[in-house]
Amino acid sequence: MVLGLSSKKEKIDGVAESAGVSLAASAWKRLRRSPVFLTGAVIIGLFIVVSVLSPWLAPHNPSEPMLIDQVVKARNEIPPAQPGHPLGGDLQGRDFLSRLLVGSQQTLIVGVGATLIGLAGGLFLGTLAGALGGWVDSVVMRLVDVMLSLPSLLLAFSIAAMFAKPSQFTVILAVAIVQIPVFARLLRGSMLAQRHSDHVLAATALGVKKGAIVFRHMLPNSLSPVIVQSTLVLATAIIEAAALSFLGLGNPDDRIPEWGQMLGDVQNVFDTHPHLAAYPAICIIIVALGFTLMGETLREALDPKNRR
Amino acid sequence: MALLEVRDLTVVFQRKGEEPFRAVDGVSFDVEPGQTVGLVGESGCGKSVTSLAIMGLLPKRGAKISGTVKYDGTDLLKLSDKEMRDRRGRDLGMVFQDPLSSLNPVVPIGLQVTEVLERHRGLSRKEAMIEAKNLLDKVGIPDPNRRLKEYPHQLSGGMRQRALIAIALACRPKLLIADEPTTALDVTIQAQILSVMKELVQDLGTALVMITHDLGVVAGLCDEVNVLYGGKVVEKAMRHKLFAEPRHPYTHGLLASIPRLDAAPGEKLTPIKGSVADNIPWEHGCAFAPRCPNALDVCVQVTPPEEDQLGRLLRCHNPVVPGTPAAEEVPV
Repeated sequence: MVLGLSSKKEKIDGVAESAGVSLAASAWKRLRRSPVFLTGAVIIGLFIVVSVLSPWLAPHNPSEPMLIDQVVKARNEIPPAQPGHPLGGDLQGRDFLSRLLVGSQQTLIVGVGATLIGLAGGLFLGTLAGALGGWVDSVVMRLVDVMLSLPSLLLAFSIAAMFAKPSQFTVILAVAIVQIPVFARLLRGSMLAQRHSDHVLAATALGVKKGAIVFRHMLPNSLSPVIVQSTLVLATAIIEAAALSFLGLGNPDDRIPEWGQMLGDVQNVFDTHPHLAAYPAICIIIVALGFTLMGETLREALDPKNRR
Repeated sequence: MALLEVRDLTVVFQRKGEEPFRAVDGVSFDVEPGQTVGLVGESGCGKSVTSLAIMGLLPKRGAKISGTVKYDGTDLLKLSDKEMRDRRGRDLGMVFQDPLSSLNPVVPIGLQVTEVLERHRGLSRKEAMIEAKNLLDKVGIPDPNRRLKEYPHQLSGGMRQRALIAIALACRPKLLIADEPTTALDVTIQAQILSVMKELVQDLGTALVMITHDLGVVAGLCDEVNVLYGGKVVEKAMRHKLFAEPRHPYTHGLLASIPRLDAAPGEKLTPIKGSVADNIPWEHGCAFAPRCPNALDVCVQVTPPEEDQLGRLLRCHNPVVPGTPAAEEVPV
């Protein structure tokens, strides 16, 4: 009897506690136990550590053709695996393992850079449309519709091809511009929902200025879907950047290794030396998968409908 | 001259290709400083729209507002957006129904209180923080220093509503509109909130417009009561008169439908028949006629005029005679 009472009390306390836990805290509680999220997080963690430390991890200089004497183009000979070079060399006789490791840096820079620029652009347009409404909203959203109606990869190609001198920056820009409409539409939608919410009405009833209503009351409450989307966009950005480099629209300087470019370079020798393509391809897939796993589980965890 | 004079306030919602809908239809009432005026009625009778119209919070497009809302002599309906924004929060305060959704979930309570103080009273953040602490103290929130740093979800329902009242009263508005401030709270908290409001209205001399469907709230708080039906005031009387001798069949029905402590066990409740959906348009007679136990033939032919009769304003062809028992019992 006494026992039953106390367990009931605990239950009530438990409910009260969970009602007082913030969205972020309860999301983290569920994420910690999700194997999918952990897998993604481990992949991303390793990827970031490797790319930051790659200059020291790489056994050799990735741009020095140290095995060039073993390359015989006419007989299609490429340096095989050998002591000191566990994955052998590439077409220019450079250490393949070092190039793979250092290549992760470009992927990280381009992926993060493109996502951040895309996010900034999307935040700007989305806030503009969601806060001002009316004709501004219509104009911005039609622009977004036009951009979304083009296949994203095709749009990225066209933008990248517009630049006379391709470089790392043009790749970032091309990929970023493609992501802007995704963010803009998402933010605008959640800003609209906020605009008709009770607390915005209450703030208006207190005479709070328009700017403060937008930036203090609407925007912070609209951000969580956008943040989740950005982890998913990271995956797309990495794949799209790799695709651009693969097609030769990336950085033309092949001394700096990049996975997409490494893939493109070995197209002619693919049937005899498939490993040269397989390694960078697997790297791209694993990293993109890591971001996707993390983003999807994050979205599920932050969805208020899935709470408890 | 009263502090707030609402005359002939009419709100028509119009959408392209749809029949216009009169949500509020010629409502007039006065509020004096320190006085509490109730707007009572069931869902959809135009209570909240009236309050939003006074505050200028109805959407520009789609809502046509006519009549006058004079606050201290100036017609609020004629003010520009900017002038109105300067007055909201400073001269006119409002407390909403649901305290949780009316607070910004990602901003600490303290900032939500100081925001108004900085905006309208030009206080610095520091001064505003001290003032905010006093305000929370005044509405009876214990340990205000801690609460100022907390987020709305960390407060209990009663405390949230107290915080909202503190925010609404931060700049000492002369007029406070409370739109069903106790509906989302449980009964014990309701009583506390009402006593807080009563005290503040007395201390500060605030004029209070109380919007509610809860006649208990009216009985405890209001000086004058306006009973709304279908967007029109059907009965306006001082509280005691209204409760002692309801004359409009609708008011009578509302009072008769309240469960009574002294009723015999097993006695059935007496609801008002039908629903708002049965209303007829006011142009064709009395909107309440289809549900009215006192309805005569004239009720569905002639719009009842608003008349000063029986010591009150009444809009009825066949008022209830004092002493009539509750309307006939309807099997539920």
